[in-house]
Amino acid sequence: MSQISVTINGEHIQAEEGMTILEAARGAGIFIPTLCHHEQLESYGSCRLCVVEIGTGERKKVVASCLYHISEGLVVETETEKINGFRRTILNLLMHRWDNIPAILLEKYGAKSNERFIDNMTYCILCGLCVRFCHEVKGANVLGFIGRGTIRQVVIFPNQSAKYCASSCPDEMECLHYCPTGVISSQYYGSRPADGQALPHAAPVCINEDLNILEVLERVGHV
Amino acid sequence: MSYSLAKVDQIIDGYGADKEALIQILLDIQHEFRWLSRETLMHTADRLGLPMNQLYNVTTFYKHFSLVPQGRHAVSVCVGTACHVRGATRLLDRVAQGLKLSPDETSADEKFSLKTVSCLGCCALGPVMVFDGKYMSNPTSNEIAEIVEECE
Ligand code: SF4
Ligand code: FES
Ligand code: FES
Repeated sequence: MSQISVTINGEHIQAEEGMTILEAARGAGIFIPTLCHHEQLESYGSCRLCVVEIGTGERKKVVASCLYHISEGLVVETETEKINGFRRTILNLLMHRWDNIPAILLEKYGAKSNERFIDNMTYCILCGLCVRFCHEVKGANVLGFIGRGTIRQVVIFPNQSAKYCASSCPDEMECLHYCPTGVISSQYYGSRPADGQALPHAAPVCINEDLNILEVLERVGHV
Repeated sequence: MSYSLAKVDQIIDGYGADKEALIQILLDIQHEFRWLSRETLMHTADRLGLPMNQLYNVTTFYKHFSLVPQGRHAVSVCVGTACHVRGATRLLDRVAQGLKLSPDETSADEKFSLKTVSCLGCCALGPVMVFDGKYMSNPTSNEIAEIVEECE
């Protein structure tokens, strides 16, 4: 891979072609906040906290730095007023699902809870880290998303967990460590299923594949 | 129509069992049988080499897919803004009464399914009901009863 040069916050940086803006910035010690990114996993682009501005003048635009690949001469700004405003809004929204967002983020971007938004402390921010870990690294597909919009949620497929958890994660449930809010570990800590056993299904709501789908859909508010 | 996995296979083969065509395949299966049963999803997952969680992800994301049986006759009542103003609530009541169904319900004999939709793009006809693809402007209770009579 050849080296190319990019400018981040006015600094000239050498980075490898094919890197994302996020990787190039982190390589140079420049901080960009992220919630849904993990080095081991494919970028997903769901939290949008990592947005940056690229280009200059009229041609400036906002992109997700975890997904955008650098090219020679790219100009990037990571902390403009516009960008920080976006991050503040995102955090303002997330606060109503997750009430212990790292204080450092809240302070840095001046996020405050807004009474217009109703609290719904699910502690799931739909970053998909657990789902992607179980799929990409373990190939077990025990966890998955269902629904869309306000009812989108992470569920456990008990048949899959009975089949795969014990063999895929023999020592401990490794997905627990990937959840940024800790909602999974708080529910499943110490409850690693034995061979042939399904994960105990507290929330996040689970789809039991042996149930009638109608019942499942009722439970997730689809019918 | 009763489910036949042979037909499902035929649809899947029509797309060369290509997992990139998942949505198209599901649409065709749904078109054929009006809904997607759990067996079908499992079979499709198997044939395409996809995990079940991905199929649930897709089928619960798009409102078009139904994971519960749908009636032979599809009835939709528009509750979009224009129709609402022009009396959609009353029309919906009439239709629900005529079909003996609540919105989003399918009759036990799988004859009718009642749905609400948001704006069909013909607000001037509002309040609108669509019966098996046929648009009707503000049908009366009698008209609704007549259609119900005529249906197999
Ligand atoms: S414990 Fe089960 S759900 Fe968690 S990563 Fe391992 S296989 Fe997946
Ligand atoms: S880290 Fe880029 S969108 Fe979440
Ligand atoms: S609101 Fe009913 S057709 Fe537009």
